[in-house]
Amino acid sequence: MNGTPVAEMSFEEAMKELEAVVGRLESGDVPLEDSIKLYERGAALKDHCQKKLAEAEEKVALITTDADGNPKGLQPADIK
Amino acid sequence: MDLFEHVGDGGGAGDNTPEFTVSEIAGTVRRILEGEMAHVRVRGEVGRVVHARSGHLYFDLKDDKSVLSCMTWKGQMAGLDLMPEEGMEVIAEGKMTASGFSSKYGLNVTRIAVAGEGALMAMLERRKKALAAEGLFAAERKKPLPFLPEIIGVVTSPQGAVIRDILHRLRDRFPRKVMIWPVAVQGKECAPQVAAAIRGFNALTPGGALPRPDLIIVARGGGSIEDLWGFNEEIVARAAAESAIPLISAVGHETDTTLIDYVADRRAPTPTAAAEMAVPVRAELIAWTREQEARLLRGVRQGVERRRQRLSDLSRILPRPETLLSDPRQRLDRAEARLGAALERSAARKRKTFEAVAGALRPAALRARLREAQRRLDTCGGRLAPALTRDVALHRDRLGKVRLRAEPLVLRLGRGRDALARAAAALDRCEAQGRLRRRDRLDALGRMLGTLSYQGTLARGYAVVRDGAGAVVTEAGEARKNEALEIEFRDGRVPVRRG
Repeated sequence: MNGTPVAEMSFEEAMKELEAVVGRLESGDVPLEDSIKLYERGAALKDHCQKKLAEAEEKVALITTDADGNPKGLQPADIK
Repeated sequence: MDLFEHVGDGGGAGDNTPEFTVSEIAGTVRRILEGEMAHVRVRGEVGRVVHARSGHLYFDLKDDKSVLSCMTWKGQMAGLDLMPEEGMEVIAEGKMTASGFSSKYGLNVTRIAVAGEGALMAMLERRKKALAAEGLFAAERKKPLPFLPEIIGVVTSPQGAVIRDILHRLRDRFPRKVMIWPVAVQGKECAPQVAAAIRGFNALTPGGALPRPDLIIVARGGGSIEDLWGFNEEIVARAAAESAIPLISAVGHETDTTLIDYVADRRAPTPTAAAEMAVPVRAELIAWTREQEARLLRGVRQGVERRRQRLSDLSRILPRPETLLSDPRQRLDRAEARLGAALERSAARKRKTFEAVAGALRPAALRARLREAQRRLDTCGGRLAPALTRDVALHRDRLGKVRLRAEPLVLRLGRGRDALARAAAALDRCEAQGRLRRRDRLDALGRMLGTLSYQGTLARGYAVVRDGAGAVVTEAGEARKNEALEIEFRDGRVPVRRG
């Protein structure tokens, strides 16, 4: 269990730790008190993963540039 | 006439040819040259290249025999698709010009192209070697792609199948935020725009109004080597190598490899494949997360259940305290009940033994035994000295009676001598008798020998016949074979001849 707040984790970090937590719980050699804490951490990681998965929104934009080719802004792209 | 002719013509044949000034002839040459060769294509190898400070470009085109000076004016530079490099095989297009100022002619180049695919490939190989030597292709420079990028920057044309393929595949797998940096994907604008786009994405701020992407895809569809040439330019390769954001290249078809493919962190064979490399499949991750959730719950439940089971197992094995104590308690009770009686019995038994011993220990009894013993001692002591004296006298007496005498020995000697004499006489007798017996036996044997010998037979009237050699003849046939025979009689031999 590392101390990183779950909310700040990338999907991959959360995924890796969740896998480790599940592995430890399944191994059965965790003291009872720890296993409760482990479960809570695992549940938080799982929620985080699910949240990240739910944030699957497609948003396509074109970058507009000024005369010198520097990015100026975004305009919605309509690409079907 | 001659004089006039000579005077009028200024002397000699062709004197009627008009005269030019130097400038006039230079202008005429220029006019003819530019008029006749207003548009030419020249193929040759690029020699020395000079970018003048004025913005004009000067270079040589050459073949094995000749050299042609070429120049492109500053104002014409924008029209060049390709910058000539020394050693490049090119086709230059433009008009011939001549300079009256220095009596020189040259080609004013307005278009330039690499001469054929072979020349392009050779140039690509040279660039590849140079960049590889700098280590830009090294495997350790490659950055891992993010597992799930939040924002993907795509450098490509906003039109066409390429961006559609990428967006479709992203939508299928894991819809993401996509920022498209539109660029020309061929022609002379391609390389500078692509390089600027890669640098531009890197320059954005994470989470800003224009957020910095965490993955870049540089994509273009298939095309000829010339179409793809922009992605072989060094500025593009360098921009991709410098990108801090992981970069996937997907340029051309799988069989086309451009310079950017070598420096990209990953190379995708197609734009669709680039999208597949970019994101995982959301549905699979959802399924995976559900599975983890189930395993998490099962894991913690099993942990509790396992402990409950163990506890119940242990409590079964653990005996109740009552049962643990009942047996020893009973034993204690029994022992306690028997303790008093056993003590009394033991004491009585010991008392009895004691009394038996103590009874024999009265002083009178002891004194009587003492007196008796004293008396026996006195008696024995009194008898000791006389008994010894008596024994000594007895032995002395017996010793006196023993004496050594010669008579018995003499008697025994005489008896031995007589026995010897008798034995000697008997030996003599035996010897004489034996000699007599042996002589008689010898005589008898002699007689028997005489009787048994052939001479004895001869005496009884028989004769022996022998041959000339003296061997005995016993067969009539044998006798017939011998001329001379000999007959032995008792008293001699008579020779006989067969007649």
